[in-house]
Amino acid sequence: MCLGIPGQIEQVTDSAPLERSGVVRFGGICKQVNLAYVPEAGVGDYVIVHVGFAISRVDEAEARRVFDYLAEIGDLEHELGPAAPPAQHKEKGAEQ
Amino acid sequence: MKYLDEYRNPQAISKIADEIARTASRPWTIMEVCGGQTHAIVKFGLEQLLPDDLELVHGPGCPVCVTSLAVIDRALDLAARPEVIFCSFGDMLRVPGSSRDLLSVKATGGDVRAVYSPLQAVKIAEDNPGREVVFFAIGFETTAPANAMAACLARRRGLRNFSLLVSHFLVPPAIEAICTAPDCRVQGFLAAGHVCAIMGYRQYLPLAERFRIPIVVTGFEPLDILEGILLCVRQLEQGHYGVENQYVRTVQEAGNARARQMVEEVFDVDNQDWRGVGAIPDSGLRLRPAYSQFDARLRFPNETTPPADDSGCISGEIMQGRRKPAECPYFAGRCRPEHPLGAPMVSTEGACAAYYRYRKAEIVDEH
Ligand code: SF4
Repeated sequence: MCLGIPGQIEQVTDSAPLERSGVVRFGGICKQVNLAYVPEAGVGDYVIVHVGFAISRVDEAEARRVFDYLAEIGDLEHELGPAAPPAQHKEKGAEQ
Repeated sequence: MKYLDEYRNPQAISKIADEIARTASRPWTIMEVCGGQTHAIVKFGLEQLLPDDLELVHGPGCPVCVTSLAVIDRALDLAARPEVIFCSFGDMLRVPGSSRDLLSVKATGGDVRAVYSPLQAVKIAEDNPGREVVFFAIGFETTAPANAMAACLARRRGLRNFSLLVSHFLVPPAIEAICTAPDCRVQGFLAAGHVCAIMGYRQYLPLAERFRIPIVVTGFEPLDILEGILLCVRQLEQGHYGVENQYVRTVQEAGNARARQMVEEVFDVDNQDWRGVGAIPDSGLRLRPAYSQFDARLRFPNETTPPADDSGCISGEIMQGRRKPAECPYFAGRCRPEHPLGAPMVSTEGACAAYYRYRKAEIVDEH
């Protein structure tokens, strides 16, 4: 129950202060989400959603930072052969 | 999906793992506090990518796991009342109380409903004015603004049939308790990114200072977690003990002011009992007096002495990082997801459930 998932705001439907809400898309799934805690976030922005509430807007510039860093410590394309993928396990649908 | 897939990129992950291996010159023990991070670590096999002597220990950050037996038993009592519709996050339904769980109450006629948001419980109360709707308001700081909003909206809308059974936990007092334990092995912490998205991370500065321990605010994807570990190891190697923020795309130093205001308005700090761990001063939340009409404990008074937890489950040891799920004698034997002895085998953020799901074969081989 405790996870927070990033999704993109598609629509803002109700803008009363406590009840500001909208439609957020997570991959193929859309959900009605309370947006009262992210008044700065609008259509097109990414937000972290937890138990039906957007708790934070994702900062796009900061989101790129780790990839800039990775590029700095060596070009991703020039690995010494293919890197071993981490042990990934199949999981159905979005986690909640 | 954006902001997920790119943080699971295998090349990027192994690059950071290499950097960790280059940086770590000595054995280190780091605790990830949050169960969501534990789940990702086990699911993506991140421990296997780390140097052998860099140990991750799993912390107490799973609200389902730490909700006390007395509170679970109270929930079971409430859910069995004929006038009550009992709403809970789904993870809670299979957590064993002293004699049964919420699902078995449901099977014997209790009206127990799984909700994914507290606002659904408010809606159910509006739609069922003749019934008492009780919401099981569990969580850490991340969930507190959502649960607070449910109480606030219920008050604004004048609902008389809605109440909350509150079981809320705060992270910094738990970190303090872990650091003051005489046998504490933890040398650095990954703090839970989404807790800090709400609260910010200034609260961690005095802890880092007092215990001379690095604390890195960390996200939940494999790349986030490894970067958090890298930052933590760098500090350890250099003898630093500051608070750093790996999860900058989501967490600001001051947190989310509006969400914090709402939590302040509805809740105040209280002592809290953690299942398996014990009482920690000022580590919980309770409804403020202005919201007492929404307190399920006051609405349905019921004085019972809390029972002793005699299941044999060692969840407390696991959640304080003293033991790993594989060291529990009941793991994958008497305790399985189908018949859990303890909450960590139930919850998606529970360490035992994660080990069972992703590493059972290897553990059972070793036994
Ligand atoms: S395996 Fe089961 S009994 Fe053992 S600690 Fe985990 S939840 Fe408790």
